[in-house]
Amino acid sequence: MSLNVPTMAELAARGETAEVLFWVGCAGSFDERAKKVTKAVAKLLNQAGVSFAVLGAEESCTGDPARRAGNEFLFQMQALTNIEVLNGYSVQKIVAACPHCFNTLKNEYPQLGGTYEVFHHSQFIEQLLRDGRLRVEGGSFKGKRIVFHDPCYLGRVNGEYEAPRALLEKLDAEIHEMKRSKKNGFCCGAGGAQIFKEPEPGNAEVHHVRAEEAIATGADIIAVGCPFCKLMLTDGVTHHGKEGQVQVLDIAEAIATANDL
Amino acid sequence: MISSLIFTAVLAAGVAGFTYQVRRLRRGLSLARPSGRHDRQSERWSTMARVALGQGKMGPRPLAAAMHLIVYVGFVLINIEVLEIILDGILGTHRLLREPLGGIYDGLMNFFEVLGFLVIVACVVFLARRLGSGPDRLKHPDLAGWPQRDAVNILVIEIVLMSALLLMNAAEYQQLATSGQQLVASSPWLISGLLLPLFGGWSASALSAFATSMWWLHFVGILAFLNYLPKSKHFHIILAFPNVWYSKLAPRGQIPSMESVTTEIKAMMDPSFVPDPNAVPPARFGAKDVHDLHFANLLNAYSCTECGRCTSECPANQTGKKLSPRRIMMATRDRVEEVLAGGDSATQKTLLDDWITREELWACTTCNACVEACPVNIDPLDIILQMRQYLVMEESAAPSTVNVAMGNIENNAAPWAYPQADRGNWIQS
Repeated sequence: MSLNVPTMAELAARGETAEVLFWVGCAGSFDERAKKVTKAVAKLLNQAGVSFAVLGAEESCTGDPARRAGNEFLFQMQALTNIEVLNGYSVQKIVAACPHCFNTLKNEYPQLGGTYEVFHHSQFIEQLLRDGRLRVEGGSFKGKRIVFHDPCYLGRVNGEYEAPRALLEKLDAEIHEMKRSKKNGFCCGAGGAQIFKEPEPGNAEVHHVRAEEAIATGADIIAVGCPFCKLMLTDGVTHHGKEGQVQVLDIAEAIATANDL
Repeated sequence: MISSLIFTAVLAAGVAGFTYQVRRLRRGLSLARPSGRHDRQSERWSTMARVALGQGKMGPRPLAAAMHLIVYVGFVLINIEVLEIILDGILGTHRLLREPLGGIYDGLMNFFEVLGFLVIVACVVFLARRLGSGPDRLKHPDLAGWPQRDAVNILVIEIVLMSALLLMNAAEYQQLATSGQQLVASSPWLISGLLLPLFGGWSASALSAFATSMWWLHFVGILAFLNYLPKSKHFHIILAFPNVWYSKLAPRGQIPSMESVTTEIKAMMDPSFVPDPNAVPPARFGAKDVHDLHFANLLNAYSCTECGRCTSECPANQTGKKLSPRRIMMATRDRVEEVLAGGDSATQKTLLDDWITREELWACTTCNACVEACPVNIDPLDIILQMRQYLVMEESAAPSTVNVAMGNIENNAAPWAYPQADRGNWIQS
C-alpha cells in the first residue's frame, strides 16, 4: 500500500487544508526503527480515511529535550518558531507519534500562545476504532503474549493508561502486565535528554533493568508507545540475548501488522 | 496552687519555644522567591482535603498506610485530651470534664485508650521495620546518622507518651480502689484495666505519686515533642497540610515558562515587539542556591518526612546512580538551615556543589516517578530542573554530549545530526 502523506505546504499550495496535523518527531523522521512506527501510523490514518498532513521539512524539534536539560532559551526558540508555523497553517488538531512531543505540544505550547487539541497516536487510533472508521483484524497475533510498557510522558505524566491497552486488547492476544506498570511504570531511561548522553556511573543501565522485567513476563512482544522507549528496550532485549525471541513493537506497528498494512 | 503556677510556666515556655521555632521556619521559607501559587483556591483546599487530610496517596502500600492512619488518627484525636490536661493544670482541678460529660467521658476515655494502644503497636511495628525487616528505603544510605536517629527518636517519644497515658489511668484507678474513694469510673477503662495487675501491692500514696508523675510526663512530653518537631523530619505532621495546599496544579508535564526569555526571543523574532518597560530581569536563570528556588520548593523540603518512596521508585537511584530524590529534599532543607545559622558557611557555600552535585542532577530522566510516589505532593523534579537551568543557562555546563544534542537542535532542528530538509524523506523510502 503506497502512502498518501501530503505536507501542509503542498496542501496550502493547492488551496487545501487538512483536518489533522501528524507530528512525526525527530526519532520518527530519522531513526530506522522509529520510522517504521511513523509509517504504520500514516498507513492507519490512510486506511481510516483521515484527512491529515505532515509539516515535513518545516517540522522542527518541539524543544522537549532542551527544556528538560535546562536550556529554556533553546526550548522557547523552538516553541515560538513552531507555534508560528502551526498557527500559520491554522492547525487545530495534532496527533503526535511521540509522548514527549505530545506532552510538550499539549501542555507547554499553550504557555506561549500555541493552543491545539493534541492526541497521542494511541488515543487517536483508539478514537478511530470507536468511531467505526477503523477495524482491527487481529488474527496474526492470536496466542501471542504481549506486555505493554507505559511511556512516562504518556502514562504517569499525562494519565493515559487505557488507550494503548484498549488497542492491544483488539489483537486477540494475551495481554500481560509488568509488576511496575501504569502510574508505577518504570522508566526506559531515555527521558530528560538522557538518551543523548552517557549515563552517570551506577551499577546497572535503566533500560537493561526494564527490558529484563518485561522479558520475565514471558512476553513474545513488548509493546511500546514511544520511539525512545522502542530504541531503549530494543537495545535492552539485545543486551539480554533475546533479540530473536522477543520483539519490541509500537502499538501502531502491531495494529498495522494485524491489518496487513 | 504552686503546681498550677509551675504548670502555667512550663506551658508558656513550651508554647514560646515553639513560636520562636515557627518564626525561624518562616524566616527560612522567606529566603525563597514567591511561588505564585495562590490561584485556584478551591482546588487547593480540595487537594489538601484529599491528599493530606484524606491520606489519598498512601494507598499503594497498604500495610504502611493502615499503620500510618492509626498513628495519624491517634495523634489528632488523643490530643483532644490535652485540652483537659491544660484546663486541669491551670485551674488545679482533676479530670474537669468528667462530671459535665458523664457517660460520654467514659466512652471517650475507652476510645482514646484503645487508640493509644493501637498507636503503640503501630510504632513498635514501625521501629521493627526500620531497624529490622523493613524495606530498603528505610535503611538507605540517605539516612545514615542523624536522620535515622531522628526517626527512632520520634517513634520512641510516641510510645512513651501513649504509655504514660495508659499507666496514669491504671495507677489512678488502682489508687482510688485501694483507698476506697469514689472510683473515676464504675469499671476500669479498656486498656488500663488490663494493666492493673502491674500495681498490685502498691500503697495508695505510691500510686498517687506515680499517676501524677505520668500526668506530668505526658504533658511535658507533648511540649518537648512540639519543640522537637521543627528540628525533625516529623514536622510533616503539621507542614503536610500547607505543603499540599501549595501543590503544583498546572499539568504535571508543564515546566513553568521563563517570561524574561520569552520577551527576549519575541524581540529577536519581531523587530516591532515592544517589551514591557517595567519588567524586571531575573537576578539569575535557574537555581544555584536556596534563594533562587521558590517558596513551595522550600516548604517541600521542610515537609519531607524522608519516607523514601520517591527514591525507591527512582530509576536512577535503583540502578546505582548517586541521585536520590529524597536526598535532594534533605539537602535543600539542610542548606536553608545553614543559611539561617549564618556565618561563613552561609555565604561561602551554595546548594549547588556543596550540597547537591552535578552528577546527581544529570542522572535524572524526568520520569516523574518521584512526584507520583510522594504522599504529600513534594516535587523533587522541580528543584532538579531549576538547578539544570542554572547549569546550562548561567554556566554553559551541560555534559558535552548534551551540548552536542542542543547544538544539533539549533542547527538541524533535531537533537540528531540530520538535516531538517530530510524530515519528510520517510514518506518516499
